[in-house]
Amino acid sequence: MMNSIKLKGALLSVILFLMMLAVWHLATAPKSGINQPDRASTTTASSGNSEYDLLMGKGSKDVAPAQKSGFPTLTQMGETFYKQLSDPFYDKGPNDKGIGIQLAYSLARVSLGFLLALVVALPVGFLIGMSPLLSAALNPFIQILKPISPLAWMPIALYTIKDSSISGVFVIFICSIWPMLINTAFGVASVRKELLNVAKTLEVNPIRKAFKVILPAAAPTILTGMRISMGIAWLVIVAAEMLVGGTGIGYFLWNEWNNLAISSVLFAIVVIGFVGMLLDMLFAKLQKMVTYAD
Amino acid sequence: MSIHKPFDPDRPLFSSRCSCGMHASAAEHEAAKLQKINEEQESANFIEASLVKALFPQEARRRAFLRAVGTGGAMGALSGFLPVGALQAMAQEKAPLEKRDLKIGFIAITCATPLIMADPLGFYKKQGLNVTLNKTAGWALIRDKMLSKEHDASHFLSPMPIAMSMGLGSDPSQMRVATIQNTNGQAITLANKHKDKRDPKMWKGMKFAVPFEYSMHNFLLRYYVAQAGLDPDKDIQIRVTPPPEMVANLRAGNIDGFLGPDPFNQRAVYDEVGFITILTKDIWDGHPCCAFGTSEEFIRKNPNTFAALYRAVINASTMARNPENRPLIAKVISPQNYLNQPETVVMQVLTGKFADGLGNVQNVPDRIDFNPIPWYSMATWMLTQMQRWGYVKGDVNYKDISEKVFLLTDARKYMQETNAPITAQAKASTGNPKFKIMGREFDPATAATYSKSFAISKT
Repeated sequence: MMNSIKLKGALLSVILFLMMLAVWHLATAPKSGINQPDRASTTTASSGNSEYDLLMGKGSKDVAPAQKSGFPTLTQMGETFYKQLSDPFYDKGPNDKGIGIQLAYSLARVSLGFLLALVVALPVGFLIGMSPLLSAALNPFIQILKPISPLAWMPIALYTIKDSSISGVFVIFICSIWPMLINTAFGVASVRKELLNVAKTLEVNPIRKAFKVILPAAAPTILTGMRISMGIAWLVIVAAEMLVGGTGIGYFLWNEWNNLAISSVLFAIVVIGFVGMLLDMLFAKLQKMVTYAD
Repeated sequence: MSIHKPFDPDRPLFSSRCSCGMHASAAEHEAAKLQKINEEQESANFIEASLVKALFPQEARRRAFLRAVGTGGAMGALSGFLPVGALQAMAQEKAPLEKRDLKIGFIAITCATPLIMADPLGFYKKQGLNVTLNKTAGWALIRDKMLSKEHDASHFLSPMPIAMSMGLGSDPSQMRVATIQNTNGQAITLANKHKDKRDPKMWKGMKFAVPFEYSMHNFLLRYYVAQAGLDPDKDIQIRVTPPPEMVANLRAGNIDGFLGPDPFNQRAVYDEVGFITILTKDIWDGHPCCAFGTSEEFIRKNPNTFAALYRAVINASTMARNPENRPLIAKVISPQNYLNQPETVVMQVLTGKFADGLGNVQNVPDRIDFNPIPWYSMATWMLTQMQRWGYVKGDVNYKDISEKVFLLTDARKYMQETNAPITAQAKASTGNPKFKIMGREFDPATAATYSKSFAISKT
């Protein structure tokens, strides 16, 4: 029963995907004559039509007509995917690197910022979760800092850190820290009283209590926080890299936008989506590992 | 250049004819093999040529001598009693560089042509510099990365170093303009639906985009519409927009036009979303646009590196000024690493033979030029416009700021050093030539009255 639903679901997904592609194809397929009326009106004054057309990129085969309408056709998308994925690690200078290298830059920034946030958020979250006093004291700060868009920190970061790459890491840090902090605190605070009482009866020392009782009990909640953080971090890194330029998948997207190359922009979007999904799956796996049945 | 081959009996010394016979002129011959230029070899050849010329003032005698002894023999014989090697070494001597690895920021537009082409064509390497060109996402970021010292030197909009030095829009930080990157090279592009509204008097209520507040684009657009009787602050809307978004916004109908840098004017035509209504050349022929510069601090700390950088950029400017080199330049700066634009678009901008979006092929060879001289009076004019539109309040000491920020003396010095062509006017002038902008003369000596003389202004 379960299996057949999964199978049917997958089948339906494929059908939906094919339908999307079909709509795309019909919407973007070069229609002969769509540019013609416009052409006729603009070329009346022209003495050398063929020269004008050549300057407009017509008649040369590397420029497909659909590019003019702004949206690429399926064939163009396929070409872009093939071109980018067949050589993902080329390096032709500081502003032209393959998608693989750009992804590596982005992932490195995300992991660094994320780890820094983890190092800060876990202990602080533990403290807040265990001490109602600290929780009350820090709560206003967290509530105010949490809703700030991470990119709002960008100018400040650039101005004070004076290095765009580290500023990117900082922005990831500042956006990852809040979900982890809050979830850790919540997880720690809501460890079941029975477990703590047992620990008290057995006279476990505080450090041991933290690692052997509270941490395993709160781990699923903490990992939920980490999963949310990673999701946000991956969202933010693209925007941050588009802002500062240099390297990374966000820069790749911006650079293709600079060339108004929509097919490459779409390619970057798909890649970002895939990598985001893989990251989320990774954390889902981790979450499963630490979850226990009551 | 091709004239310095003293030990070739079949070639005239100091003449302009092509040596291989495959090209119409020596200049064209050079263009064909420009990528292989070896400056040191050239300077060495020049010295040899001068010596040979001194020995044999008459062409016929030199040829006879060379035929008699042979090329190798002649070289050996002459260097036996002339200090050729020592002279060549002397001409090559350059002070040691303080810093070899440099980061230079640029915006991917044709205004940065000399700065960009210097990389693929090896002008930086020839000066012993290892330059990384960083494509930067916007002008505000260009400013911030110079302020944070992430970039050692940078592509600027020429009014930016003035604004930064005066502390407008940022903390005051002393910036210097080493060379003007390009003259002319912008245009006003309108959306296709405005084909019948080419007269600026009909632009009331329209929305325009410019790339930055402290830009020639902004000042020229304001000047142009004000001449037509419109107040740029009230009758039209001017938005600061990055160039690629100008084209996209034009397509979407969010803006009616823009005064933007190339290749985006041409790109709008190429993508069939707009047409070029006027080149900025027709507003002020020879106007400066972008600049190459760095901080006063960098120059003070790295004088030799700065000099080497200066020579590299001047050499590139000199090459870019020659129309025959433009197709090659378009080819090397179009790839993804630099402009990331279709080559045919860049080619039309650089050669000046372009489709205007109205069905005409126009031929304007000086659509863009690369005259590197940073005249003081250019800076003075920018200051008058900053006053006119309220970016600067009160009186301004034009002479002080212009002469401090625009390094005209250095530009002349390095142009002489690199054998770049300098007009007699440029050699002798005090640095304040007058300009004509839309028929009206600007005399820097009367800048204060000029800035107050406009019927439409904010002051």
